Amino acid sequence: MTVAPYERLARLSWPRVVFVGLVAAFAVLTIPTLVDKHSWTGVTISVAVTAILAYVYLTPKRIAARFLVPGTILLLAFQVYPVAYTITTAFTDYGDGHRLSQSQAVAQIEADSVLEQPGAQRYELSVATKTTDTPGAFVFFLTDPNGKVERGDASGLTPVPDSQVTKDQFTGKVTAAVGWHILTGIQVNGLGQRLSAFAVPTSGGFIKSVGLSEAYIGQFTMKYDAAAHTMTDTRTNTVYKASGGEFKAADGSGKTLPIGWKVGVGFKNFTSVLTNATIRGPFLRVLIWTIAFAILSVLTTFALGLLLAVVMDHPRMRGRKLYSSLLLLPYAMPAFITTLVWSSMYNKDFGLLNKLFGTHIDWLGSPWAARGSVLLTNLWLGFPYMFLVCAGLLQAVPQELKEVARVDGASAFRVFRSVTMPTVLIGAMPLLIASFGYNFNNFNLIRLLTDGGPYPSGSSTAGDTDILISYTYRLAFGGQGAQYGLASAISFLIFVLVGLILYGGFRQTRQLEEVYAR
Amino acid sequence: MRERLWWRHLIGLAALVFALVPILFLISAALNPVGTLSTTSLLPSGASFSNFSKLFHDPNSPYVRWYVNTLVICGVSAVLNVLIGVSGAYAFSRLRFRGRRAGLTGIMLVQMFPNFISLTALYLTFISIGGVLPAFGLNTSLGLILVYLGGAMGVNTWLLKGYLDTIPKELDESARIDGATETQVFFKVVLPLARPMLVVVGLFSFVSFLNEILLAGVFLTDTNHKTLAVGLYGLVSGNHNTDYGEFAAGSLLAGIPVVLIYLYLQKFLVKGLTAGAVKG
Repeated sequence: MTVAPYERLARLSWPRVVFVGLVAAFAVLTIPTLVDKHSWTGVTISVAVTAILAYVYLTPKRIAARFLVPGTILLLAFQVYPVAYTITTAFTDYGDGHRLSQSQAVAQIEADSVLEQPGAQRYELSVATKTTDTPGAFVFFLTDPNGKVERGDASGLTPVPDSQVTKDQFTGKVTAAVGWHILTGIQVNGLGQRLSAFAVPTSGGFIKSVGLSEAYIGQFTMKYDAAAHTMTDTRTNTVYKASGGEFKAADGSGKTLPIGWKVGVGFKNFTSVLTNATIRGPFLRVLIWTIAFAILSVLTTFALGLLLAVVMDHPRMRGRKLYSSLLLLPYAMPAFITTLVWSSMYNKDFGLLNKLFGTHIDWLGSPWAARGSVLLTNLWLGFPYMFLVCAGLLQAVPQELKEVARVDGASAFRVFRSVTMPTVLIGAMPLLIASFGYNFNNFNLIRLLTDGGPYPSGSSTAGDTDILISYTYRLAFGGQGAQYGLASAISFLIFVLVGLILYGGFRQTRQLEEVYAR
Repeated sequence: MRERLWWRHLIGLAALVFALVPILFLISAALNPVGTLSTTSLLPSGASFSNFSKLFHDPNSPYVRWYVNTLVICGVSAVLNVLIGVSGAYAFSRLRFRGRRAGLTGIMLVQMFPNFISLTALYLTFISIGGVLPAFGLNTSLGLILVYLGGAMGVNTWLLKGYLDTIPKELDESARIDGATETQVFFKVVLPLARPMLVVVGLFSFVSFLNEILLAGVFLTDTNHKTLAVGLYGLVSGNHNTDYGEFAAGSLLAGIPVVLIYLYLQKFLVKGLTAGAVKG
């Protein structure tokens, strides 16, 4: 039986039409701005998202997609894309000194090299923006010694008639300008790096700020030759040649300019994980503790959570509500706060634990005590979650099955093992696997509680409680400065590792699901 | 023979002691007028609210603003998170389509990526989004909510799928035979039955957003836009020992909304909702 088009339209439920309409309206409102900014990627994304949503919600067949598309779009935009970006970063030397593209680096080196010409005039400077928010683009209002005012931006100088501005009667500094918002000293100070990198081109050189309210004319001392890819220092006539993401002195002295740019380095970051002794050395030790920590965390929290849920799950049990509410408290308190509280409770000299028990244990100072402390804190942080999940899952256990089993003479333990446990496990298994993955990368706990310590003598990079992620974080961001390329490579390795471990877990889950649920 | 319950209470009480000691310690620190870590013990040596009044009158920490920001960001994110999560879970649990298994594995795998490393990418993305749509850029609640929703189809979907799998399929099949559309089955049959788990998942999402400090710390740099986690961490990170009282007071007040929400929603956890439906 064929359906006439108008009939098909009539079958559409209005919430779907309204939803697609709203999305389309949003796109229509946004696209002019995107076109204005030449953001063609933005236009493409906007149109594509609207088209996909319209197709999925306005055609009759795509039922599964209707339930999946909104979440998938968000997932792609804010999880998958950053991961993909990070993976591409793993093949570059992105990091301190290599943050920019080559053309940006050239511009930055030139702008940084501007030096004041001896005897040249100075300007009174005011910095202004179009609107009141400082992160927007800014311009210079410059008053020369004769009182003439000019406005300078990245494209050059424009004369400003006196009628448009109010000047300070003593210095001539512009204090107000029609259509512009003059920034206060504090706001100008807040521009920091952007202000020092900003230069207004003029016929005689460049105008740059000095301090917050003066500007000078300067000239480049570094000149870039785009054809030869060389940078020349005009004061010393040293020629620097572009090579491998930085400018190297051509005279063989080995000197390089401090600002480089991002280049692809192939598998260098990956191979250095395996060949660089300081990275590879403690890797295995950290890896073993990471796996042990993740497994023990999951087992201890789940065991305690399930035990408490089962204990509370009795029809005549009084005060269940009170118990649940109070047991929830460790979970309700922000974890970073309670982690810090635990950290202070472990303090050897005036920590609560030693005070209460009259002991003098160096909880966080000896390897095994510190590992125990990490697990104990994580148990405290994690068991209410497992308790709530198990309590929720226990609700789904078929009561009549339990009753039948009891009538048939099964012991309480037998009922738990054969009826309750399988049902709870089906629901909890994916969660347990996820919890394993979470703890594998439980950066905040290690960072806030022990920061990886204590450190074995002779090693300052890998502590006894360090897990892979905190170890990587220190290698990448600590001490030597940011090395995003290397950090991304190691993150990718961790990702693959966790993925492989979890893959096995998922296969197990699938079997469970098929045994019990189907 | 009536089963004895005292051992259940014994286990419960032991768990309570374990759960409450650090919190008592925190309360004690909040009430301790000296306000340093080294002078704090389990029971407060003197009680005063000076830490609280300091918290509310410190011009550098607009505590009330942080509080409101937190409720808005975490509340909106949690509700949308559950909606998106349960939609996905429904599709994966009840519908059969191409790429189902791959999709399930995929959404879990993406979550396994060490997320602090993605910060750079998200930061750069939101600088450009903010250039076009200032309402969604850095330092906005909407932008942060969007980022949080990126993970909505993840662990929650798995958790909810696990729960939906335990709801008998016969129920929605009979609804379909009665002529219900897929949307109606979802909203009128499955969602009400899944309510206990929706509540649990919603609460978990709320708490995890409340705890989230890495993304929020990077996104919300303006003092007035901060959440409690970012703001309070700022109070204690620089000067751990001396501001301890103020930090403890703020932390205590931050834990209250979750406890209240949980107590209010506890009735949804009443057992037997699913079991009752099977009998009917």
